This record gives sequence, structure tokens and C-alpha cells, in this order.
Amino acid sequence: MVSTKKGFYVFVHIVMIAMVIICLFPFLIMIMSSVTAENTLITNGYSAFPEKFGLEAFQYLFNDPFMILRAYSVTVLVTVPGTLLSLIITTLFAYGLSIKHLPYRNAISFFLFFTMLFNGGTVPSYMIWTQIFHIKNTMAALIFPRLLVFAFYVIIMRTYFQTNIPEEIKEAAQIDGAGEFTVLRKVILPMAIPIIVSIAMMVGISYWNDWINGLYYVTDSKLFSIQQILNRMIQDARFLTTNTSGVETLAAGIVPNNGLKMAMAATGAIPIMILLPFFQKYYVKGLTLGAVKG
Amino acid sequence: MDVAVSKKKWVKIKKYFPFYLMMLPAVIYLIINNYMPLSGIILAFEEYSVKGGIYGSKLVGFDNFKYLLVTKDAWIITRNTILYNLAFIILGTVFSIFIAVMLNEVPGKRMKKIYQTVTLYPYLISIVVTAYLVNSFLSTETGFINKAILGSFGVENISWYSEPKNWPVIIVVVYLWKNFGYHTILYFSTLIGIDRGYYEAAALDGASRWQQTKYISLPFLKPTIITLTLLSIGRIFYSDFGLFYQVPMNSGALYDVTQTIDTYVYRGLMQLGDIGMSTAAGLYQSVVGFVLVLGANFAVKKISADDALF
Repeated sequence: MVSTKKGFYVFVHIVMIAMVIICLFPFLIMIMSSVTAENTLITNGYSAFPEKFGLEAFQYLFNDPFMILRAYSVTVLVTVPGTLLSLIITTLFAYGLSIKHLPYRNAISFFLFFTMLFNGGTVPSYMIWTQIFHIKNTMAALIFPRLLVFAFYVIIMRTYFQTNIPEEIKEAAQIDGAGEFTVLRKVILPMAIPIIVSIAMMVGISYWNDWINGLYYVTDSKLFSIQQILNRMIQDARFLTTNTSGVETLAAGIVPNNGLKMAMAATGAIPIMILLPFFQKYYVKGLTLGAVKG
Repeated sequence: MDVAVSKKKWVKIKKYFPFYLMMLPAVIYLIINNYMPLSGIILAFEEYSVKGGIYGSKLVGFDNFKYLLVTKDAWIITRNTILYNLAFIILGTVFSIFIAVMLNEVPGKRMKKIYQTVTLYPYLISIVVTAYLVNSFLSTETGFINKAILGSFGVENISWYSEPKNWPVIIVVVYLWKNFGYHTILYFSTLIGIDRGYYEAAALDGASRWQQTKYISLPFLKPTIITLTLLSIGRIFYSDFGLFYQVPMNSGALYDVTQTIDTYVYRGLMQLGDIGMSTAAGLYQSVVGFVLVLGANFAVKKISADDALF
């Protein structure tokens, strides 16, 4: 009996360790290849255990640090304001919808809900944003289309306000003579911090990872985020070479293309991979909340 | 009397005015981002010209839909979208449930958390980065598979990005790799809600681990499985654009097996500039998708009313 139980746990760990290897192995190849000598990459290919290390890829990237720093700034300048704005708009809307006797509440809920059921499609959205709002090649193009308000985050937050915040608390605050905005800011929000952090994680990651808005609306390389540069490098392997001044200063003008690809991928992936363990609790909460109602 | 009623109503609306003010930004955003594009559906019935614009181009009735149906594109994109989604739903569900059951049996919170973090990494990163990871395996000249695996057996290199026949498998494998951690979490969160007492009682009666899984875990998972599956069926007409565009590196040789409705709409708009036809394809997706979501929700409601979308 004891031995079969032990055998079972061994089996469980073997399965889970196999999953860990499957999940991490591609990242290991990416990271190791980014610090492999370019000649080794050309002869041996990408590998998790390179024969000879070399920093050409990163030297090349940081030879002209301006390009990579600009891409990071674009990503950050989209992710941070986008997430904040999204949280403000979503929270305000969700709180309004959670008010019990609000006239026309059902109509407004339906107005929100319908956006989850039916949409005009990609082309009409593209035409409206470009022909009427003229957002091509602006920072706004990376922040506003698609990502700012997700109906199901509103619904999740509304449900949270309805179930976790007793009516008496709102009423008590009103008797004190506080305005609605003050009640929301001073009483409701502090009680809703867990859900706000969860949704902030979800929205923040969508902004950090987004490349689709860039694909549709941005052609000006000054506005390329990290993800966007990665996307352009797939279309055009020489994208980086033609967009940096690194070429001339690098000896013999040899571009470490193979290593460079993996070095760029690593710069796009590693920051959020490092953050995950710290915010995992909230992220997992966000995932499970969004799933069933999403 | 009418005046009194409307006055009372007015007072009420005034009382709630701050709440309407709070909701205004989101309402404006939804109008711009979600409702204004609905008016653009007219593009599906026009022969778009720059001069005429969105609302003033020449109306052509259902011509765009006719052209779409005449080519074999409509059939290919529908087939690919649905078959891939079916494979994702079936394999993804089975695999994720298996891993969730395993994860639930891992002794110790710390190890559980570590396994969870690692299996979420593929889900967390962007699909563009995923495409690079896939490329590190499949690149013809420097890929891990060609160099390290096929090379060491002396097998000839395969040029992966120009041979369609392997791609149905590649796409499914990449999908599973990227998404299983997420789906595992969904099932796992149901499993941790089960009272340990059931397992202890079963163990006392001499039930094996396998029997405990079969008679306790799976029945508890059933509502979650049904709900998630029905919701996926409701979205069977939609595909992850990045998975089908980035991972095959937009390779034209692979369109037959990688083109879905979403990539077709993108290419129609941005590469061919055929606004009428790509709007038509998008509208086809929206309308069928709408019917499927309603149907799926109806089914969920019958089974477990709490999980229904509306």
C-alpha cells in the first residue's frame, strides 16, 4: 500500500518535470543562442548547450543602444498609460453598473454586453480608426483600438462590487455627506484592490505583448515597440541592419543575424517572465475569473 | 399628472447623475471602438473607392459575397478554422485535465506553485516571441531539429516553412504548448475546491488513485468541462490570428493549411487592398459567430444556468 502510494507520487513528479522541461526548453535554446558565437550558430545551429559562447548579438544590439531603448520606451509608454487609462475607465463603468436602482441600468448593461456578441469585423474597425479618427502612425494607435475596455473585465468588476461590497457601506458614506466620487475613491476602491490588481495584470500583459495594433496602424519605425520590431524582423530578416547605424562601426560589417534574432526575442520575453512569480497570485486569479465569463 | 411623473423621473436621474458621469468615458469608447464599426459593415456591399469613402462608394449588393464563394478560399478558410478549433478543443481539454489532475496530486504548496509558474510561461509570452521559439527549432539552416536531431542521424534537412504537409501537426503542437498551462489552471481551480474528505473516505474504502480520479475528480470537473467546451464551440469561427500568421512566418507556401478566416481578412485588407471582399469575409465570420455564441449559451443555460453568459 505504502509503496504504491510512493510509486504514484514518483509518477506525478515525473509527469510534471516532463512538463517543466517541455515548457522551458525552447526558452533555454533562445537564451543560450543569444549568447552563442555567431560562427558556432552557423555551423551547429541553435542549441541549448553551445560549443562556444559569444556576445556578438548583444554587442551589435548595444552598439546602437538608441534603437533598442526607443523600442523599450514605446512599449513602456504604451503599456503604462494604456493600463492606467483602461483601469480608470473600466472601474468607473463597472461601479456605475453595480448601483442597484440606477435608471436604465439594464439598457446600459445590454449596450455593454452586445459588444461581446457581435462586432463589425476587422476591416470596418480599421476604416473607422484610420478614415475618421486618423490615428495612423500615432501613439494613440497603439493604445486605443481594441485594447482599452474589455466587456468581460467590466462584468467581472461589476460582479465584484455587487457581491463583495455591502450596500450599507455605500449608504453610510453617503449619510456622511460625501459625494459619489469621494465614496468611490475613499471607500470602495480600497476594498477592491485585489480585483483591480488582477485586471491590471491582464490588461498590462495585453499591452506589453500587443503587436497587432502596430501591424495595422504603424509604419513609422520611430513608433515600433519591442513586439513590433520582432514582427518586422520576421517579415524582413535584415530589418535591424537597415535600421541601425551599427553596421559601419562593427568590424567587417558582419551582422550576427542568427544570434540577433534570439537576442531580440529574449528582450521581448524576459521582463514579463521575471515579473510573473511576484504577481502570480493575482494573475492566476485574473485568468480564472475571466475564463468562464469570457 | 404627466408633468409630475416626468418631474419625479427627472429628480431621480439628477440624483444618479454622478454615476452616469462615471460611465460616460466607457460609453464613448464603446461607441467609437465597437458601435461605429457596425456602420462600416456597409463596406461589404460596396465597391470601395477612396473618393467615395466608407459611406459613399458604389453599392454592388451581394457581389463581394459572390466572389468570395466562387473562389475556393471560402471553403478553405472555413475548413481550416473549424478543424483546427476542433483539434484544439478535443486535445486541449483531454491534455489539460490530465495535467490538472497531476498538479492537484503534487504534495506541497511550494512545488505546486513552481510547476504552475513554469507551465504558465508559454501562455504569458507574446505570439511573436513564440514564433521565434518555433523558428529556433524549424529554421532550415540553423534550426534545432534539422541540425541537432535530423543532422545527427544523417537525415536530409527539411525546409519546414515551405512544406505544408507537416503544418497541421505543428500548429496543433504549438497551440497545446502555448495554452495548456492556462487551461490546466482553469480545471485545477475547480479541483482545489473539492473537499479532501471525499478522497480520504474513498482511500479508507480502498479506492486506488485511479479510481479516486475517475469517481471523484472527473464528476466534479464535469460542469467546468461542459461550460468551457460549449464556450469554445461558440468561438469556433474565430482563430488566434497570431498563431496562424506569425508562427508559420507568413509563408505563402503554407496558406492552404494555415489560412483561417482571420488571416484571410488581414491579407485581403492589408496585402491585397480588397476592402469589399475582406469586409464580406469578416461579416460572414461575425454573423455565423453570433449564431454559434447564442446557441452555445442556450446550451450552457440548459446544463448549468450559473455559468451562462447571459
